[in-house]
Amino acid sequence: MIHHIDLSSVLRRSVCELYSNLVTRPTGVAVRSEIEQLVADRPGRTLTIIDFTHVGLLDYSCADEVVAKLLLKVDGYFVFRGLHEAHIDAIEATLARYDLALVVEQHDGSARLVGTVDAAQRDAWATVHRLGQGDAVTLAASLGTGADDAKRLLDTLSSRRLLVQVGLVYLPIGSLRPSVA
Amino acid sequence: MTHVIAVPPSLDDASFEQVLGPLATLAPDDRVLLDARHTRWASPYGLVGLLTIAQSRGTRPSLIPPEADETASYWARTGFFQQAESLFEITGPVPRLRGGGESNVLLEITPVVQSGDVHSVVERIQQRAQKILSSELNIDAQASIRFVMTLSEVCQNVVEHAGRGGWVAVQTYRWQKRLGRRVVQIAVADAGIGFRRSLESLPGRLAPAPGDRWDDGTALEEAVIRGVSRFRDRGRGQGLAGARNFLGKWSGKLSIRSGTARIAIVPAWDEDAPLLEDLAPFPGAQVQITIPERAAAAAA
Repeated sequence: MIHHIDLSSVLRRSVCELYSNLVTRPTGVAVRSEIEQLVADRPGRTLTIIDFTHVGLLDYSCADEVVAKLLLKVDGYFVFRGLHEAHIDAIEATLARYDLALVVEQHDGSARLVGTVDAAQRDAWATVHRLGQGDAVTLAASLGTGADDAKRLLDTLSSRRLLVQVGLVYLPIGSLRPSVA
Repeated sequence: MTHVIAVPPSLDDASFEQVLGPLATLAPDDRVLLDARHTRWASPYGLVGLLTIAQSRGTRPSLIPPEADETASYWARTGFFQQAESLFEITGPVPRLRGGGESNVLLEITPVVQSGDVHSVVERIQQRAQKILSSELNIDAQASIRFVMTLSEVCQNVVEHAGRGGWVAVQTYRWQKRLGRRVVQIAVADAGIGFRRSLESLPGRLAPAPGDRWDDGTALEEAVIRGVSRFRDRGRGQGLAGARNFLGKWSGKLSIRSGTARIAIVPAWDEDAPLLEDLAPFPGAQVQITIPERAAAAAA
């Protein structure tokens, strides 16, 4: 089940209906707490799309609370959309502190990874997206690597919640297309 | 007895030390009169700095405003007297804002006490700043956003660390020395606990070993250069790091004075010292961020 959260609405509801910017740590804490509650209200491990479309400014304090700490505290899958360049700058800076990464849906509907991801993981992720799904054998063949290494990469991406594991197969989160490098 | 301290004719972060020097020799409850009659110009830092002087005193100080009508009117336009009225005994009539004339004030002097104030500052500057930054300083929309992010972060530091409120102001003006271009300048100041005491409150922090240096200068280095915060949380300390990153890309300048030291990230167009120590002691933190106009060729 896919859950869509408009961050601007959460901000207005949980902090102040006049606010359009995600700034200050108390604001970030309040918004994150609301998101946590919304996710907790859904059974099982859900996919939540966090939509920044109507968020003006995102400062580092709010990026830390609303993105990094959300990923650390909530056991679920997340995709972030509606981000502009300055949002991504703040998010990348905060993700680097925790060695985290996340999936961003870009304006053309394609997906990309943002955050701390090494080249091998990035290639593996992009390959799974390109193929629509992957297992250790297909990934190994695509990357020209051994099956054990491919399995390790897939398990890492799955544990980091950048791919979804269903049995022996690994799937992109949601139904996004990978962006072209 | 009232101690008279002359405010320099041109009041900026450097000449502000001429006020702090004599002030440091006085007891907190000594009566002080700041004589700004002959002051012709003040930067945002100078103006919020004067407010923090009043904030730091045990006895309400007095202030003689600038004699020159143009200067007094400009100070009024910045919102200085609106804040100063409750902090100073102002000698003579409080200069009032006179209409007309181009304004380089992007944000009037605004108190920052709680998180809501930071939201308010960000909303106001967003409405005014983007157009001016773009048309007057060739600072594009994405850089303007980062400019406002930087403003948000330095204001938040007052709320989260100072232990009391402070003030923020943003203006543009022409930086004559070496640069010869317009700049936009953010000044944020408070007379709170300052960087050293803030870092000393870090839970579990050990006292420095004998022979190890620990003073206002090292506290500023830890906070500004190494990103240390009084909070243990890994996510803390990103604000100043983010500001430095932005200023590095835009050849901006950051300076922070706290206690007896002042640290600066100095771009090529300026000649300031990266670290000054043994300054006249003054509480709190006074921050100045200066971003130059993007040269047309560089902006293209």
